[in-house]
Amino acid sequence: MLGMTYAAAMIATLPLLFIIFHLLRQGAAFIRPSFFTEMPKPVGEAGGGMANAIVGTLILIATASVVGLPVGIGAGLYLADRRGNLLATVVRFLSDVLNGLPSIVLGIFAWEFLVRPFGGFSALAGGVALGAMMIPLVTRTTEEMIRLVPVSLREAALALGYTRWRTSVSIVLRTALPGIVTGALVAIARIAGETAPLLFTALGNQFWSTSLHEPIAALPLQIFSYAISPYDTAHAQAWAGALVLIAIVLIISLIAKYATRGRHDGGGD
Amino acid sequence: MAAETEPLLRTRRLNAWFGGTRVLRNVTLDFADCSVTAVIGPSGCGKSTLLRCLNRMHETAPGANVEGDVFLGPTSIYKGDLNAIAVRRHIGMVFQRPTPFPTMSIRDNVAAGLRIRIGAGPSKKETDEIVETALERAGLWNEVKDRLRESAMGLSGGQQQRLCIARALATRPTVILLDEPTASLDPLSTQTIEELVHELKQTIAVVIVTHNMQQAARVSDRTAFMLAGEMIEAAPTSSLFTNPRDSRTEDYVTGRFG
Repeated sequence: MLGMTYAAAMIATLPLLFIIFHLLRQGAAFIRPSFFTEMPKPVGEAGGGMANAIVGTLILIATASVVGLPVGIGAGLYLADRRGNLLATVVRFLSDVLNGLPSIVLGIFAWEFLVRPFGGFSALAGGVALGAMMIPLVTRTTEEMIRLVPVSLREAALALGYTRWRTSVSIVLRTALPGIVTGALVAIARIAGETAPLLFTALGNQFWSTSLHEPIAALPLQIFSYAISPYDTAHAQAWAGALVLIAIVLIISLIAKYATRGRHDGGGD
Repeated sequence: MAAETEPLLRTRRLNAWFGGTRVLRNVTLDFADCSVTAVIGPSGCGKSTLLRCLNRMHETAPGANVEGDVFLGPTSIYKGDLNAIAVRRHIGMVFQRPTPFPTMSIRDNVAAGLRIRIGAGPSKKETDEIVETALERAGLWNEVKDRLRESAMGLSGGQQQRLCIARALATRPTVILLDEPTASLDPLSTQTIEELVHELKQTIAVVIVTHNMQQAARVSDRTAFMLAGEMIEAAPTSSLFTNPRDSRTEDYVTGRFG
């Protein structure tokens, strides 16, 4: 039995190791400084970079965070505070449903409400779609982290003459903060590579654009369009782009892990 | 010293509820300044609720309700000018389990109650002095003076509890409420806390809830016995234990139930 679980544990890590190994083999050679600073070359031409897609992905992540984090953290605080009441139970259930919703459905939703009425694809619509994906993840981790804070700490603060509001912010929220930050980073890592919701919203852009109202390039979209093109040079760029994307996700995950560790160290001031 | 003429803290026909359950029944009890009053009784008799009514912590629980009154000196803490926040700064409280704030250093834990609002409070230098005094009074200064900036979570359970006492003392309360303060501690730490209680009563009133009758006998000047939400008997500790007037008190202190 132990042997089988051991085997399963090994197999569980295989896909990631295989992907990273393959990406390094196929893409590492094409990662040069110019990949980060230059624009894509016309189709079929070698070289060039993905500066627009990298910046586009960062802008999309930022927009998604502006939408997803306040709503998710706020909702999580509410759920933690009103754990038993009907609205909280309904919100918790719906948030789990939203979490399980296929991301393409969110993309269609964003298209219906943010693309069609405003007459065009936009970075804003893409960011909102990604932000909507973040909400349930952030809501549930925030709720759980707040609940992990012992009630006795709350009581101790109230007994010191803290107001309820200050107790919530400077004791409960402060104690749960490392966990909430970790949850937020995990959610960001999760949406950074999403492609489906962007197909109908951000659309992708061959040119440099940082406007929220224009279609915007994004790494997953760029990888997709390069990967389905017939040129070897484009394939090389797709591999390199995938490597950069996975590196971004890995870095965010590492930061998330570091933030959690601070929690167990106690982290004085 | 224990025989103050006017009691510092008085409850008058105090009743308390959790939702529909009445947990205190017309409790009238006096607490003298510069002395230790112990409240004993079996589990669920309402002794912790009584304590929590004395600094208006009871009302923070959902569905909790209080009737009757509590006076700090001449002032009603429920109907007077003091709001709940001010009451809790005058009447400090320490809980059964140590509750240091995990995100704060030892120093910041002690200073936690000093600022009423963000941006209003003593200067850094004054704060350092208050922290030192409070830690001295809690008998912890010598053990932590070299690591004030470290996390309070590194302290032992007994040290954490004394840190919580220091934190409660920092706001200069006139009464300190101890809710089974040694229930989670080892015998040695318990002894340290009991010695500390002796020190504290030189300057302030101490109310201690305990289910340990030996502890009540060791530390208190007066003892009150509660049963099913009622105050059965309150008397000088030695006479309550050796010569109880009520048969129920006698049954309890002689170990026939509870």
